[in-house]
Amino acid sequence: MKTPEEIIEILQNRFTDEEWILESGQSGLPWIRVPANKIKEVSKILRDDAEFRFDTLMCLSGLHYSAEQELGVAYHLHSTSLKHSLALKVRVPEEKPEIPSVESIWKTADWHEREAWDMVGVQFTDHPDLRRILCPDDWEGYPLRKDYVPQEFYHGVPTGEKTVSEQND
Amino acid sequence: MTQYLLNINPIAILVHAAIPLTIILVYALVAIWAERKVAGFIQDRLGPMRVGGWHGWAQSIADLLKLIQKEDIIPADSSRFLFKFAPFMMFAASYAAFAVIPFSSSYIGSNINIGVFYLLAVTSVLTLSIIMAGWASNNKWSLLGGMRSAAQLVSYEVPTIATVLTVIVVTGSLNLMTITEMQSGNDILGFLPNWLIFQNPFLLVAFVIFFISILAESHRVPFDLPESESELVAGYQTEYSGMRWAMFMLAEYADMLLLSLLGATLFFGGWNSPFGEFMSGPFWSFFWFMLKGLLLVFVMMWIRWTLPRYRVDQLMYICWSILIPLSFINLVLVALWEVIF
Amino acid sequence: MIEAITDSGERREMTINMGPQHPSTHGVLRLELVLDGEVVKHVKPHIGYLHRCFEKYAEQMDDYAKVIPYTDRMDYVSAMNQEHGYVLAVERMLELEVPERVEYIRVIMAELQRIASHLLGIGAFGLDLGAFTPFLYLFIEREKILDIFEKASGARLLYNYMAVAGLMRDVHPEFKDEVADFVKTFRPKIKELDDLLSYNKIFVRRTANIGVLPVKVALNYAASGPVLRGSGFKWDLRKNDPYSIYDRFDFDIPVGSGEMGSLGDCWDRYIVRVKEMEQSLRIIEQALDGMPDEGDVMAAIPKRIRPKEGELYVRTESPRGELGYYIVSDKSASPFRVKARAPSFVHLSMLPAISKGALIADIVAIVGSIDIVLGEVDR
Repeated sequence: MKTPEEIIEILQNRFTDEEWILESGQSGLPWIRVPANKIKEVSKILRDDAEFRFDTLMCLSGLHYSAEQELGVAYHLHSTSLKHSLALKVRVPEEKPEIPSVESIWKTADWHEREAWDMVGVQFTDHPDLRRILCPDDWEGYPLRKDYVPQEFYHGVPTGEKTVSEQND
Repeated sequence: MTQYLLNINPIAILVHAAIPLTIILVYALVAIWAERKVAGFIQDRLGPMRVGGWHGWAQSIADLLKLIQKEDIIPADSSRFLFKFAPFMMFAASYAAFAVIPFSSSYIGSNINIGVFYLLAVTSVLTLSIIMAGWASNNKWSLLGGMRSAAQLVSYEVPTIATVLTVIVVTGSLNLMTITEMQSGNDILGFLPNWLIFQNPFLLVAFVIFFISILAESHRVPFDLPESESELVAGYQTEYSGMRWAMFMLAEYADMLLLSLLGATLFFGGWNSPFGEFMSGPFWSFFWFMLKGLLLVFVMMWIRWTLPRYRVDQLMYICWSILIPLSFINLVLVALWEVIF
Repeated sequence: MIEAITDSGERREMTINMGPQHPSTHGVLRLELVLDGEVVKHVKPHIGYLHRCFEKYAEQMDDYAKVIPYTDRMDYVSAMNQEHGYVLAVERMLELEVPERVEYIRVIMAELQRIASHLLGIGAFGLDLGAFTPFLYLFIEREKILDIFEKASGARLLYNYMAVAGLMRDVHPEFKDEVADFVKTFRPKIKELDDLLSYNKIFVRRTANIGVLPVKVALNYAASGPVLRGSGFKWDLRKNDPYSIYDRFDFDIPVGSGEMGSLGDCWDRYIVRVKEMEQSLRIIEQALDGMPDEGDVMAAIPKRIRPKEGELYVRTESPRGELGYYIVSDKSASPFRVKARAPSFVHLSMLPAISKGALIADIVAIVGSIDIVLGEVDR
C-alpha cells in the first residue's frame, strides 16, 4: 500500500531527467502528471514492479481542455494485490495529440483508447486497431470536444440542426 | 398403368385425401392454441384469453386471418421457384404420410402392406424441403439452419428406423393396420392390453429411443436446432412471411402429429381401446387413437417448455454414440426375447 | 454468399453478422463472426448502435443533479445502482455527509435492484440456451421488486429516485414490511431455480467448459463483478473498497469453483450470480434491522451545487461489475467532464479473447454469461 506521494518519490528516483509533480484540485483526488513520451515506460514499471503491482487499469478517459487548447488522457490504476490506487494524466497539444498506447500493457485499454480517439480525438500511436468505436467510421469531428459542432447531414440524413446547447438556451 | 389409373374412382380419392387433411387442419388450429395454453399453464400465466371469449379459443383462427393478409415477401436474390415451393413440399411430405395411418378400426387411407416403409420414405422428403428453403432464401442464417436440419434429420432417421424395426421383428408385418390388429385384446397379466410396449421389456427401451428420435425428427426442444431462435434467428424460416411461413408451421405441427400417431400405432396399440371390447367400434377407436397421439404431442409440448436446448455437436454425439448403438443392441435383444419366449 | 459455399478446393470461410437485430445479442450489438462451418474463427464486436451521448449531455447540464436521470438510462436494468454510484461520486466531491436513514434506504434499494438485475440476467441467459420457462418464473419475482420501487419512486424502470445528498422522497410507510415479505418469499425460489435450471444436465453441458476466462486475462482486461468472481478471484468492491455503509454488513463473496468444468467458464459466472442473490438478501435483512424508522431523507445543501475545482474517480459495485464515475469539476455548475466506466463495455471487449474456436451456440452462451446491457456499453 503506497500513497501517491510515495509513488512519485520512487518515480523521481527512477527517472531523474524529468520533474515529477503531483497535481490536485481543491477537492477530489490527486494525480501524477506524466509526459506523453514516457507513459508507456512508466505504465510498464507501474504494472510489473514489485513495489507497485498495478495490475488493473480501471478507467481511461479522454478530456478536452479547451482553454489551454490541450487534450488530456486520465489513467486510473488499481492494484488488487497491494490495494493502492493511482491516477495518471497525460496532456498533449491539440495540434499534435499523439500518445503512446498502453494496450500492450493492459488489454482493457484497447477499447478505452478507441473511445478516447472517437470522442476527443487523441491519437494513440501503435494501437493495433484504432478505429472509431461508438460513432460510425465516417463520422466527422470529435463529439466530446468543447467546441464540437455536429455535422448537419450524415449520408443525407439530417442530424438535427440545433446543437444541444442551443436547445437549452 | 393406364388401365390401373382408369380404374381409380376420383371421388374416392378425393374423399380419402380430404379426411386426413381435415384432421390435420383442425388439429393444427387446436394444437397451436393448446401449445400456448400449455406454455401458459407451465409458466404460471394464462396464455391467450381474449379472442373468441372462452379462454381465447379463436386465437389460432385470428392468427391465421392475420397471416393471410400479410405481404408475401420474396427476397430479391433468392432462388424464386425453390423459395416459393419449399413450404408446400414440406407440408406435402408429411401430409402424404398420413395415407397409411390407420385412424380407426374401419378407416385407413391406403391399406398397403409396406405402410411403415412408405411412411419413413415419404417423410425423408422433409429434409430436402428444409434444405431447399434454407438455400433458396439466400440468407446465411437460413443456410445454417438448413444444413443443421439436414445433418440432424439424416442422423436421427437411423435410430428411428432401428426402433421401428424392433416392432417389425415382433409383429412380422410392415402394414400398420395389421400391426394394430395384432395388439387387440387384454391378455397381459390378465388386465393389461396387448400393446407392444407391455409385451416385451426391450420394446419399452425401444419406445424411449423412438420418442427421443421423433423429438429430433420433428425439431422439438431440446433438439430444435434448425430453428433455434436464440442462435439462428429462425433458421430456415427466417426469410419467410405470411402464408408461406404458415405452411411451415402447419407442416411442423402435422409432422409432430404424424410421428406421435406412428408411435401410438407401433407401441400403444393404435386405435385399440385400453378396456378391451368396452368402448370399441369405429368411432371409439378413432377417439382412442387420437387421444394416444395427442397425449404424446402433449408430452412433446411439456418437454419444450421445460428443457434448454442441446448444442449441435452434442446433438450428433447423442445420436451417433448413444442412440444408434443402443437401438441396434436393443434390436438384437428384442429378437432374442422373441425367440426365447 | 453462394461463392462462399461452393468452395473450389481451398478452405473458405463465411463471414456472418450476428446482430444488430438478433434475438440473443441483448440489445443492439453486432458481432461479426468468421465461421468455418459452425466453428467461430474470429469474433469482432461492433458497438455504438445505442449511443445516446450520455457524457456530452452530462457536460451540457447546468446542474450536477440533472445528470441523474441520464445515469438511469445507461444500464436500464439496474438504474438504482447507476444512480447510487453517481450520487456517491458527487457527494464525495462536495464532501457531504448524508443522513443515516438515507444510507440504509439506498443500500436496500441497491441490493433489491441487484437481485432484480440478476433475475433478468439469469433469465435471459436461460432464454439464450432455449430454456424459456425459468425466464418467466424469474420475472414474477422481479415484478415484486418493481412493485416496491414503483411505490417508492413512482417508476418501474428508470427511477430517478436517489438525489445528491438524499432521496427524491421518503419511502412509503409499508416499505419495510413489503421488503421483509419479499425476502421471505424469495429465498425458497432460489432453490427452485437451482432445481429447474442451474443443475439441469443439458444446461450444464451447454455452459460448462465454455468461454473459459483465466484470472490473469480477466485482471488484464480489468474484468470485475460476477465475471471476475466467476474466474475464482475474490473481489467485491463492497468489501474490498467499501463505499456507503457496506462495511457494516456481514456477507460472503461467492466465487466460481469450476465444479462443473473448468474454472471461469460460463457456468461459474452464472452460479456466482445465483449465489449473489442470496447474499443480497442477507444484506437487505441486516439493513432492514438497522434502518432508522424516522429521519430526514435529505441533507441540507445549497440549491445549486457547485463543487470545488478538482476531479475524482469513484467506483461502486453494480450488478455487472465495477461502475466507475470519473468526474471533473471546473467550479462551474455544470460538470466539466463526466465519464462513466461501464463494466459491460469492458467485459464485451474481452469477447474475442474468450470465444476463439467456439461454436455459434457457444457465442450465444458466452454473451449471455457476461451479461451485458447495451445501454451501458454504448452509453
